[in-house]
Amino acid sequence: MNREDFPMLKDDFVYFDNAATTLKPKKVIDVMNQYYLKHTSNIHRGDYDFAIQTNKLYDHVRDIISKFVNCESSEVVYTSGATMSMNMVVFGYMKNHLKKDDEIIISKAEHASNILPWMKLSEEIGVILKYVPLNENYELTLDSIKSCVTSKTKVISLAHVTNVLGDVRDIQAIGKFARTNNILFHVDGAQSVPHMPVDFKKSYIDFLSFSGHKMCGPTGVGVLVGRYDLLKEMEPVFYGGGMNSSFEEDLTYELKDVPVKFEAGTPPIAEVIGLGEAINYLMEIGMDKIHEYEIKLKKYLLSKLKDIPNLIIYNKNMNSGILAFNIDGVFAQDASIYLNHYNICVRAGNHCAKMLKDEMNIKNTVRVSMYFYNNYEDVDRLVEALKNSKDIFNVVL
Amino acid sequence: MDNNIRREIILDNYQEPVNKGLIEDDSYLKANMNSESCIDNLDFMIKIENNIIKDIRFDGEACAISTSATSIMIQKLIGKTVDEVKNILENYKNMIHEKSYDKEIIGELIVYDEIGKQPNRINCALLPATAVEKVLEKLN
Repeated sequence: MNREDFPMLKDDFVYFDNAATTLKPKKVIDVMNQYYLKHTSNIHRGDYDFAIQTNKLYDHVRDIISKFVNCESSEVVYTSGATMSMNMVVFGYMKNHLKKDDEIIISKAEHASNILPWMKLSEEIGVILKYVPLNENYELTLDSIKSCVTSKTKVISLAHVTNVLGDVRDIQAIGKFARTNNILFHVDGAQSVPHMPVDFKKSYIDFLSFSGHKMCGPTGVGVLVGRYDLLKEMEPVFYGGGMNSSFEEDLTYELKDVPVKFEAGTPPIAEVIGLGEAINYLMEIGMDKIHEYEIKLKKYLLSKLKDIPNLIIYNKNMNSGILAFNIDGVFAQDASIYLNHYNICVRAGNHCAKMLKDEMNIKNTVRVSMYFYNNYEDVDRLVEALKNSKDIFNVVL
Repeated sequence: MDNNIRREIILDNYQEPVNKGLIEDDSYLKANMNSESCIDNLDFMIKIENNIIKDIRFDGEACAISTSATSIMIQKLIGKTVDEVKNILENYKNMIHEKSYDKEIIGELIVYDEIGKQPNRINCALLPATAVEKVLEKLN
């Protein structure tokens, strides 16, 4: 649906790499161009008309985001992306509130950005990382989380939707359990916020990280939503202009309030405005509708792939638009290079989840990740190419 | 080179590469090639005695180009002196980067003479060369 909104889709290719980044609708590009062509100016303190306009647009995006994920505008921190958001949580909050032997629950299916900061924190202050075991379908259940929780568990940090297998975690149940047991709950929403409704308050989330570029927005901008009382206690990772109210020779300084105290320096202004436009665009379509459509499309793909014998599919049952597979006997990258010959864009590799191999016994997969602008014809083209894959080496060599 | 012959040589070496599988032997020098640009991940072990490459073995997961290039290169390098190996690698790299090189020295590795036209495959073809160089550096 809505294909006509995307200038890149005028060209002849099938884009199935949406978990890596999404295409941009013209609206988003236009609003950013407007900033560069008509009202380039810095935010804060501008007294001329178009600086005031920029400021208004920039600030208003917090309201758009608060409506989008159901939080307060004061709980919205602009970041450079989900990676920065998660690093801020770990090094700005957790580092100052956790101590040696406190336990963090994560899983081996997490993206590097939800593992490495915790590993670094473990190295620095001695917190312990515990990996929730996944079931035979590589899914994670509340019961398996419960089996990992001890009196020392302080944090549960999980992707809502994982980026390799696309399994959807029941964050509302996990969040409720965490809140009841005084455990902080961080959700990596990079793969879910773009694709389905996410409710910060209803899911008892304490910190939510996501990126703009995976949801029709520009690169270089993302969001950290944090519970206001926690943000109050969180330390900035960066210090500089825009985030302080005063500083003196005697080493005293005062910072601005949440969330501005986390936004030192000139932020990506055009990108924030672009992100706001992207979110408005998604809300107009409807997140429920987007999710339903992607599931329908994935089911159609699975029904078509049934007849292809040499495919190994790893995540048939996952309720998202991500499909991970291999062509039997073909290295994942050779398969993605093969599909490129048919102008089909997919991704091959471990998808930044380098520990998932311990659970799956397979290092690399080909990943098809869909978005609402994919259509049945895209799926048919992929299926046709895969049907012909017997001659893969004639094509790639 | 005829494309069918080229494809056949690459495919043979991909599907049945020589010297795949590592062994327990401390007299070998080792290198891991966990490519940063792609997902190939190969381990190499090389035995050098009296300045001569006695054996090269490898293992791991990699694409058709990396694996076949490794297999062909192993056959080319075993029995050569370190200086001869350096010369082969130099010419091989020049070929991959579409610079001038000596065909005589390259031998069967010539099957990759057009790989430079596919930028996302260059590092795959260079992987075994980089691995051997990494090991040779350890000699100094």
